[in-house]
Amino acid sequence: MAHSRREFLKIAGISGLGLCLPASTGLISAIAATPAAGPPPKPLAALKAQRWAMAVNISKCKVDCADCIAACHLEHNVPDFGKTKDSIRWITSQPYPVVFPGVAKPRLPGESKPLLLPVLCNHCDNPPCVRVCPTGATFKRADGITLMDYHRCIGCRFCMAACPYGSRSMNYRDPRPFVRKLNPGYPPRTIGVVEKCNFCEEKLARGMLPACVTACRQKALVFGDIKDANSEIRRALNSGFSLRRRPELGTGPQVHYIL
Amino acid sequence: MLEKAWKGNLGYGLWMAFLLLLIAIGFFFYLRQLDYGLGITGMSQDVSWGLYIAQFTFLVGIAASAVMLVLPYYLHDFKAFGKITVLGEFLAVAAVIMCVTFVFVDLGQPGRVMNVLLYPSLNSVLFWDVVVLNGYLLLNLVIGWMVLTSDRKGAPAPPWVKPLIYLSIPWAISIHTVTAFIYAGLPGRGFWLTAIMAPRFLASAFASGPALLILLCLLLKRLGLFDAGEKAIQTLAKIVAYGLTTSIFFVLVELFTVFYGQIPEHMHHFEYLFVGLNGENMIAQWMGVSAFLAVAALLMLIVPNWRQNETILAVACAATFVALWIEKGLGLVVTGFIPTPMGEMASYIPTGPEIAITIGVWALGFLILSGLYRIFIAVREEM
Repeated sequence: MAHSRREFLKIAGISGLGLCLPASTGLISAIAATPAAGPPPKPLAALKAQRWAMAVNISKCKVDCADCIAACHLEHNVPDFGKTKDSIRWITSQPYPVVFPGVAKPRLPGESKPLLLPVLCNHCDNPPCVRVCPTGATFKRADGITLMDYHRCIGCRFCMAACPYGSRSMNYRDPRPFVRKLNPGYPPRTIGVVEKCNFCEEKLARGMLPACVTACRQKALVFGDIKDANSEIRRALNSGFSLRRRPELGTGPQVHYIL
Repeated sequence: MLEKAWKGNLGYGLWMAFLLLLIAIGFFFYLRQLDYGLGITGMSQDVSWGLYIAQFTFLVGIAASAVMLVLPYYLHDFKAFGKITVLGEFLAVAAVIMCVTFVFVDLGQPGRVMNVLLYPSLNSVLFWDVVVLNGYLLLNLVIGWMVLTSDRKGAPAPPWVKPLIYLSIPWAISIHTVTAFIYAGLPGRGFWLTAIMAPRFLASAFASGPALLILLCLLLKRLGLFDAGEKAIQTLAKIVAYGLTTSIFFVLVELFTVFYGQIPEHMHHFEYLFVGLNGENMIAQWMGVSAFLAVAALLMLIVPNWRQNETILAVACAATFVALWIEKGLGLVVTGFIPTPMGEMASYIPTGPEIAITIGVWALGFLILSGLYRIFIAVREEM
């Protein structure tokens, strides 16, 4: 989580730029990544895919870097409770044996030198959280993204018991006072609902890649259509051996870790 | 008939006032929970269910156990239970109301509870649990009430009650089966992912429920209010003995599979439960007490001379009830979360407000139970 002030301001600046625009052009219009000088930016077409997926290039990911986490938390108004039992997790970095509990064993590279990897919702092909939800508040979209309806969720937390990855977080207390900088482009949550990573569906709809992917300066995160043979993610997955978290459970996780 | 619940002697009045006080304290802390959020409890992102859901699970068993009276009386014409089936049904009513209340206080957004019915999700076990629990509540309320009113008039119950009684038998099995399925179908939770979960739930229910009923009957007898009869009590005691034996057997069966198979993901939970893991041994200490009480109760119940002694029987029933309350009302839910599916340790300690709310809900159940039993006794006195 260690983060220099400069890096923080940089991300805050980029996100802040995103904040200014929806107010003037409305939510549906796209936001260009260039400064808004001259004529208003042309709306970008929404990014579409048959099946969204992510790949993490382990060799490129830096141990002491948390850019992806900071960008995600800024984008989605994730509160900062510090390291407490209530802290909300969208994307976190975890030691290798926690990411792959079944694979971890002595004398694997991750055991000898510290190796932290980003973990997030796996947007499973067969998500147990969706299966158990009693209200349909969490659901699967045709393009593979598992989403939450924060206004339908009753906060029963059945999904949290069902998720074998710990990817879901409950708002055990009011998150708003703990949101450092409010992004009006994404709704802050209320008390008593469950939330999780949404693959930045709100950014995809505006023609942009997920916040964590764009924030990663090492280009360790690859995002794209896994059903498209020519996509960047397919090329990345073809480049080497990859793992998924606990695939033996039959959940069909769609975050791949390239060794 | 309902007005009879308001009449009673001073002892009854004081008892009800005491329960109301506990409910008021619980309600005060519930208002604080509404304001602050469920963060006021010991629950966390890793241990996301705690005392509330554990009480719910335990009490579903108490509710289901009414079938142990209804089945022998209505299917086998076991006359000795004739006098007390209504007591069993009223116990079920109070227990189901506690269950529903515990689920309600556990919700993060209680105002949206109707979403479960507005957006019925047939794939969710929780949806089905809401259906079967409310159905069971309605069945027992109607059956208990109709049987008692017709007893009062000295006439047989209307013919439409009989099919409801027969329906209530498989329905009782269903509430605990569906409740077990909440746990038993979750990938990554090795502790719960076992087909014996539903049979285990039922076995422990058929011990803890009748044990509580025996204690209530002995209390009513001691107070000189109602005598259930020696034969009814002794038959119930045998049911508790069989239920407890089966329950212990099922636990041992699980221990064999887990520790002979030695899959760490399954083993660690049981280590946490019985001996403690990574220094976390609070639950293990409670489980030690539970195991001791269960074995002691079993001894007292299977030796006929001891079982027939009312004092020893009362001790055995209390031990059974406490042992199974610890097992289900403390151990079962929390241990499913510790360690996490990623093998990390987590901890859970209920907070003061959480315990106060829990006691408040129990008091609500006992208030309803006392009122219903008061009506039952008043009707009996009239006859």
